[in-house]
Amino acid sequence: MTDMLAPAPVRGMLRFERIAPVLLVVAALLVYAAVAVSTRQPQYLTVDNFIQILARSIALGITAVGQTFVILLASIDLSVANLISAAAVLASVIMAGQPSMIVPAIAAVLVLGLVVGVVNGLVVARLGVNPLIATLGMAFIIQGCLSAFVNNFAGSVPEEFQAFAYGQVGPVPWSLVFLTALAVIAWFVLRFTKFGSDIYAVGGNPDAARVAGIKTWRVILAGHVICSLTAVIAGLYLASRLRSGAPWIGADGAYDLQSIAVTVIGGTVLSGGRGGIWGTMAGVLIFSLIDAIFNLTGLAAVVGVQGMLRGVIIVAAVAFYAVRSRKIVA
Amino acid sequence: MDVRSAMRSGEDDPVARPAIEMSHISKSFPGVRALDDVSFSCAPGEVHALVGENGAGKSTLIKILSGVYTPDVGSIVVDGRTVTFRHPLHALRAGISVIYQEFSLLPERTVAQNLFLGREIRRGVIIDGRAMTAETDRVLAMFGTRHRIRPDTIVGELDVASQQMVEIARAISLNARVIVMDEPTAALNETECEVLFKLIDQLRASGTAIIYITHRMREVGRLADRVTVLKDGEVAARFETVPDPQTIVRAMVGRDIADYYPAAAAASEIGGTVLAVAGASNAALKDISFALKAGEITGFAGLQGAGRTALAMALFGAAPFSSGMVTLGGTAVHFSRPRDAIRAGIGVLPGDRKAEGLLLMQSVRDNGMVTARSFGGLIRAHRRNKYIDLAGMDELLDRMEVRAPSYEQQMRLLSGGNQQKAIVARWLALKPRVLIFIEPTRGIDVNAKAGIYHLMRELARSGAAIMMISSDLPEILGVADQILVMREGRIVGSFARGASEAEIMLAATGEHLERAA
Repeated sequence: MTDMLAPAPVRGMLRFERIAPVLLVVAALLVYAAVAVSTRQPQYLTVDNFIQILARSIALGITAVGQTFVILLASIDLSVANLISAAAVLASVIMAGQPSMIVPAIAAVLVLGLVVGVVNGLVVARLGVNPLIATLGMAFIIQGCLSAFVNNFAGSVPEEFQAFAYGQVGPVPWSLVFLTALAVIAWFVLRFTKFGSDIYAVGGNPDAARVAGIKTWRVILAGHVICSLTAVIAGLYLASRLRSGAPWIGADGAYDLQSIAVTVIGGTVLSGGRGGIWGTMAGVLIFSLIDAIFNLTGLAAVVGVQGMLRGVIIVAAVAFYAVRSRKIVA
Repeated sequence: MDVRSAMRSGEDDPVARPAIEMSHISKSFPGVRALDDVSFSCAPGEVHALVGENGAGKSTLIKILSGVYTPDVGSIVVDGRTVTFRHPLHALRAGISVIYQEFSLLPERTVAQNLFLGREIRRGVIIDGRAMTAETDRVLAMFGTRHRIRPDTIVGELDVASQQMVEIARAISLNARVIVMDEPTAALNETECEVLFKLIDQLRASGTAIIYITHRMREVGRLADRVTVLKDGEVAARFETVPDPQTIVRAMVGRDIADYYPAAAAASEIGGTVLAVAGASNAALKDISFALKAGEITGFAGLQGAGRTALAMALFGAAPFSSGMVTLGGTAVHFSRPRDAIRAGIGVLPGDRKAEGLLLMQSVRDNGMVTARSFGGLIRAHRRNKYIDLAGMDELLDRMEVRAPSYEQQMRLLSGGNQQKAIVARWLALKPRVLIFIEPTRGIDVNAKAGIYHLMRELARSGAAIMMISSDLPEILGVADQILVMREGRIVGSFARGASEAEIMLAATGEHLERAA
């Protein structure tokens, strides 16, 4: 008898959004293949080449994993780019070409990430400072520290450590395996653990999370620590790839805004509580494919076109999600 | 149980020992004394009704009991042990669960995930989704809603009543010793209410202590063993047995409400047809025909999802009719967006004031001016436009008796009743011909409710046609001059003033209801 009050037929709409990033990836792949075929460059359609495309976005991918955690919490982290630079410089200076210093350098960099993450998390969750401001402030602080101490490539990493960026298992780079593993772990944590469930709860409705007995500030703190740790790992990767650390590498790659962009393209909403890691990985893939398509067509030489297209895609993706969610409310 | 408390329960009547006992609780917020020396207890197997106007301190008391706030003064004793709750988690661990009026569901997550929020079933670190689904199914079966609400449904896709059911199911599935229900029936229809009441009876029989907050006197009579009335942060009265509704209401408002409902419209006050709808349909509505007359209040009754809000949205141009005929003041009209409807003289007072009606951070005056400004031209609309100026708005707000220290005050600091009146003032500035009130008194206290009813009557007398959509059947019966009943997108019944509740429920549900005591 109560069945006649069945809810309005909105079922399934929320779910369509979840596969939207996949559709975008497929579309980008098709465009890429079409361009390769039509410009008669079939050599770019091999598996090896595809792996190369993926390998170009490792640092962005690693950072975006962490960014996804904080954005799911309805927070954000603008300090990752400068933290990446700081981590790369710190690692490269401590290593100074010595293989024996690899472990201490990694340890030092992880501690740096931990400290920055804890500070970000406490300022956001305990002091209640808006995360944009809190992490922007942190970004300036890190940048200031960097420019006080270094103004060029500093130190160098030993050859052994370059294996992180250049080593391969068969045809697949180690770093790509690492990123995939990181994404799988993140997915597992978000999907199957209480901590993951808490993240969605705190991001989706902090009051509801609190009255359900979740200590919300701890979850936010943990999210920021994870984000900062992924950023310093991205810094280690870049130090390994560039064979040294420089104070501008993070800012040059615009890892702060790019990691936010790919997360959002992947369907994670800035207001928190909705999204996931595979969307973010799809976002990274889309950005890589755009670059690859531009390289194929030769348009990459035209300054600015790539950036414009990225901009269009970010806005179009978010507009798409916005329109979908409006339909759900109606 | 330690020896001392065992001895004590031997001395006393064991049933009478309260499951919770709050003593001499006081709590202040900046500028407000929310609670002043309030004591409150609830025994196992007892339903203790907590009533009072909005702002009387009920929510604050509950939030103290559930660990959201900590009291400035006073103690809480749970099962003979003094406790201090610094976080809701502590209250949950002590066996106290709360059905909140708002803010406790996650719209993006599934029913099962919501039901087990914060206490997920786990195997090691891994959440056991299957066990949660099975357990959710079992709990929902108690409500007879198993087929309507599935454990893997996203909560945001459920209608309001089903969401409310999920909330109730969550609180009950905690197996708490004390369950606080803060207006649990606000979004439920009669049938669903009855299911809930039977569950409450079961919980009472099994020894759960239940604190029941409501505005509806009928529910107090149906459920409660004891009644405590809060007024202005103090205990105004405590009844060991449930008295008649008049006595409770008198204690709540501190005086008799002589004329709670306004008088009906006299025949001479009812004018010609203002708005007529003939054979109109859209996706949610089928073959709608009715007429609104000047000076008359037309009540729209029906269950959640019967199409009443959809009808309002169609008239307002937000979700237009796709076929049929609408005439306003004798001319055929078709509104495809709200702007057109507003310009033609239709105003809507939305049911969800906070989300759809109010600019919470702006002043009372700005809230009144917003629509007139929007239609009043580009250049000088801010202070004075073709509809109204600031002085005129202040006059209107005065006439609506909006109580605020100043009209510069931010809207969010006003009570629900005063907010509603300020929105009425907003529409009056445009001199509307039709005003649509959606759930006009939802979340508004008893005293202010009477004010809103009289205001609606006054607006009708001044020549407007009033359409009143409400799920509170007594208020429709008390206020409306004619009552239309909707079901499944159609108008299925039309009643004159004086119709009985049973007649209308029969039309609204399409079946004979077994009325419980």
